[in-house]
Amino acid sequence: MARRSSHSIFFHSLQSGGFDLDFKLADDPKLALQRYGQYLYDALILFSPSTERFGGSLDLKAVLDFVDSGHDLILAADASASDLIRNIATEFGVDFDEDQSNVLIDHTSYAVSGTEGDHTLIASDDFIKSDVILGKTKIEAPVLFRGIAHSLNAANSLVLKVLSASPSAYSSNPSSSQLQPPSLTGSAISLVSVVQARNNARILISGSLDMFSNRLFSSAVQKAGSTHKFAKSGNKQFVTELSKWVFHERGHLKAVNIRHHKVGETDEPAIYRIKDDLHFSVEIYEWSGNSWEPYVANDVQVQFYMMSPYVLKTLETDQKGLYSTSFKVPDVYGVFQFKVEYQKLGYTTLSLSKQIPVRPFKHNEYERFITTAFPYYGASFTTMAGFFIFCVIFLYHK
Amino acid sequence: MAGPKPEAVVNGGARQQPSDLLKKTVGVKLKLKTKQQELLIRVSILFLVYVLAFITRLFSVLRYESMIHEFDPYFNYRTTLFLTQKGFYEFWNWFDSESWYPLGRIIGGTLYPGLMVTAAIIYWGLRFLRFAVHIREVCVLTAPFFASNTTLVAYFFGKEIWDSGAGLVAAALIAICPGYISRSVAGSYDNEGVAIFALLLTFYLFVKAVNTGSLAWALASAFGYFYMVSAWGGYVFIINLIPLYVLVLLVTGRYSMRLYVAYNCMYVLGMLLAMQIRFVGFQHVQSGEHMAAMGVFFLIQVFYFLDWVKYLLSDTKLFQAFLRITVTLAVGVGSIALGVGMASGYISPWTGRFYSLLDPTYAKDHIPIIASVSEHQPTAWSSFMFDFHILLFLFPAGLYFCFKRLSDATIFIVMYGLTSMYFAGVMVRLILVATPAVCLISAIAVSATIKNLTQLVRPNHKVSQTGSSKGTGSVKGSSKVTIDQSQPFQRNGAIVLLFGAFYLLSRYATHCTWVTSEAYSSPSIVLAARGAHGNRVIFDDYREAYFWLRQNTPPDAKVMSWWDYGYQITAMGNRTVIVDNNTWNNTHIATVGRAMSSYEDEAYEIMQSLDVDYVLVVFGGVTGYSSDDINKFLWMVRIGGGVFPVIKEPDYLVNGEYRVDKGAAPKMLNCLMYKLSYYRFGELTTEYGKPPGYDRARGVEIGNKDIKLEHLEEAFTTSNWIVRIYKVKPPNNRW
Repeated sequence: MARRSSHSIFFHSLQSGGFDLDFKLADDPKLALQRYGQYLYDALILFSPSTERFGGSLDLKAVLDFVDSGHDLILAADASASDLIRNIATEFGVDFDEDQSNVLIDHTSYAVSGTEGDHTLIASDDFIKSDVILGKTKIEAPVLFRGIAHSLNAANSLVLKVLSASPSAYSSNPSSSQLQPPSLTGSAISLVSVVQARNNARILISGSLDMFSNRLFSSAVQKAGSTHKFAKSGNKQFVTELSKWVFHERGHLKAVNIRHHKVGETDEPAIYRIKDDLHFSVEIYEWSGNSWEPYVANDVQVQFYMMSPYVLKTLETDQKGLYSTSFKVPDVYGVFQFKVEYQKLGYTTLSLSKQIPVRPFKHNEYERFITTAFPYYGASFTTMAGFFIFCVIFLYHK
Repeated sequence: MAGPKPEAVVNGGARQQPSDLLKKTVGVKLKLKTKQQELLIRVSILFLVYVLAFITRLFSVLRYESMIHEFDPYFNYRTTLFLTQKGFYEFWNWFDSESWYPLGRIIGGTLYPGLMVTAAIIYWGLRFLRFAVHIREVCVLTAPFFASNTTLVAYFFGKEIWDSGAGLVAAALIAICPGYISRSVAGSYDNEGVAIFALLLTFYLFVKAVNTGSLAWALASAFGYFYMVSAWGGYVFIINLIPLYVLVLLVTGRYSMRLYVAYNCMYVLGMLLAMQIRFVGFQHVQSGEHMAAMGVFFLIQVFYFLDWVKYLLSDTKLFQAFLRITVTLAVGVGSIALGVGMASGYISPWTGRFYSLLDPTYAKDHIPIIASVSEHQPTAWSSFMFDFHILLFLFPAGLYFCFKRLSDATIFIVMYGLTSMYFAGVMVRLILVATPAVCLISAIAVSATIKNLTQLVRPNHKVSQTGSSKGTGSVKGSSKVTIDQSQPFQRNGAIVLLFGAFYLLSRYATHCTWVTSEAYSSPSIVLAARGAHGNRVIFDDYREAYFWLRQNTPPDAKVMSWWDYGYQITAMGNRTVIVDNNTWNNTHIATVGRAMSSYEDEAYEIMQSLDVDYVLVVFGGVTGYSSDDINKFLWMVRIGGGVFPVIKEPDYLVNGEYRVDKGAAPKMLNCLMYKLSYYRFGELTTEYGKPPGYDRARGVEIGNKDIKLEHLEEAFTTSNWIVRIYKVKPPNNRW
């Protein structure tokens, strides 16, 4: 409960964003995320880095199930991070430095302060370049960070570095002398990472719990080697904006009303014919925090797909959320799909597919008479006439 | 007899006439009495045979229930259902998006519609007559019905080539011959059921046309051929056998105007009619398999022309010279045309199936997908014995009788018999084609022998001998010789021989009934076994699984299985399949084979690219059901490896041996098929006194009992574990 007060600015910023917070102790025996099969919460914030075991029914699997059912998670660790917290992070492709005693040290981009000399308070301004994740306003002041380093698992394609360490950073134990080269060094180290799961659940993992604290929120910062001293660190802006993204207040898209029909018609057919001209449309909206606004972009594409895309077209938008295009069905029959795969940094992944079979021509849909075949028509009719005349002559001419 | 009476009344004048007339009619009646009796007997025998042929095929309905059997019939049933519901034009243009996902299949253009149209017409006819039958019952009983009709055709055919006695025997033999019953029991709703009728009908009408030289019979035979083409791909046999027959007649100097009329009419009209079937299309003029018929067609024109020239030219020497020039020219032009056609690609080369008929080892080396089907294997001697029984001995005897009395008709049946016997030796399923010929030729043997013997048995054999057997010149001659020698125990010997023949025939009847009830009436979709106490145990796992699919999966779910089960899944489970029994796309099947024989993660990628939602495998390890996917697995490897060389057969074998126990190849123990078949099987004790994980179908303890699935999860396993269905998991949410 001490953290409730030591991190109160962060919690207040959430509450003012319209969230109801429910504080529980990590070892509360009644701790549970769901009751009667229904989840009680939309998001989970774990600010208990040293907890070895949660109370109640919460454990690693419960946390993962919570995320896998589409809920969000903020996880903060620090130098005392327990195996449980590390394991949770590992499941999201984030590997904290395995040595428990190591913390992140940077001798060039540390925050200048009078009291500390071991350079474990990092001032970093190496943000991810995404307005969607961090908001439109540029974060001017560096973010103060004190905690442990983590690296991203290369096999995980969903995890992103939001705040990276400088090339001179390394992970080591500040109180003992260096005997071996540090296991994590340089820009491979991530300070804060986010994951957007395939079901669009968003996860924030930070190696520093202090980053969220009131003390670092309000402290002044001067980056080593820089003469400019900011009156306040960038922590508040960074954390607030990031939590807005994590809690889907920004960058959340939805696609509705996938429609397709033949050009000149309005009803959706159950099957298309090859070489039909068709019209495809989809509406895409973005959640602005309190209402759905039209999403405007010029890079939404539709595929007409059967094992590989036969048609790939960029959709045109009417600026009101409606995206549409027209194209001709290829001269190939089979079971096709309209596929919209929209993956843009920071936005929810749109992965829509709608199955539609394409049939070949029916027997009466071909041209009845072809000019090139007229010699054949002529030949057959003259043969018939000739045969008739021959019969008449053969039978009656004697 | 009805004729004279009204005439008398109309005449009216003469009063003394009636008594005279009465006397006359009585005389006629008495005279006709034996003939009428014979007719009555003949008709009643035929009627009984007709009924017998139908009811002997009903064993499967009595044993199990009125259901469609096996694999292909399910497709035929599904299409028939579609035809009756949507009408002919929709059927003709049907593009099926539920099979061969995502390619789809143009059903209307890739099937022989004869069977479905026949069943639909019967169904509509019965409906019109206010019989409220279900289409399934019609489909189940179509094959027996046509088998009955075949007996009639066999009778007329036998009558045409020998005499009515032989016809009756042929009808009786074919009614119960196991070789035919195997494909025509109730529920075996397959093309062959109708096609054998059409085949025999075409042959009969053609022989009739050759015998009579009548255009009408030739026309009828062309229509018979049309029906055959619409019903079964085996029509290629007709279109090659008939030209061969004509060629033989030409070479042996039996060319006649009758032959000319019959062949030309049948070929030209039959070809034009056959082109109306979409699946056949222009094959009659473009495919190498049909070129023999065309060549013979031109040859017979040359013959006719030569005949005409011979008639005009009186000088034989001149004619000889002319003959030489014409024949050289004709052969030259023909071969040049064929060569040009082949080279330009207008005439397609022979297909693999055709090659594999001529060279039995061809398929094994080149087309594993043909060789993998059990009914395409070369025939074992035992199955000849099983399917023909005594006919196997009677067949050569019948050939002897045919050669004794050579005519155009007997030459035909001899050629039919010999060629079809060869093909029956190449492929098991072609025993079916040979069956009518074998029955007819055997019937000649039986009929002729018994006729000879009964003549000996009769006390006044001399009279009867002259009375009966009008046309059997040679037989009469031979019997006369024996009578003239008048050996002492001749009569008794004949009686003994008659009893012997009776005994043989009754053995035949017993054998046929036994085979029908035991071997050929199993629907193979419901399995029966004898329990420990001799009671019958029914395994209905297939239908259990298909109904589970139907009721528990989303309607657009895609099911991947080996192609054998494709038709059944679409027909009973109503779900989309990746491949099915119409093996038209080898690459697609090879892709499935590759997925089944890869490691799980590789297979997962393939399954993702095919949008597979469920995987279905058939497993017999619990019940001892031996035709399961593990036993078919090597074919999946071979077919997959034929297209994707990453899959290598030796990887799955240990010293050339296929095994699933501890000594199995590591790749075998970890491939998808093995994992799916034996998942959780290691925990199960199948037989008392055996370790857990004992596979009863192969009689070994499995080698990998600790199977973990990463990308799939078990969705459903039937009560006897025969069918196992797995769900493909979506990609990992967080990676």
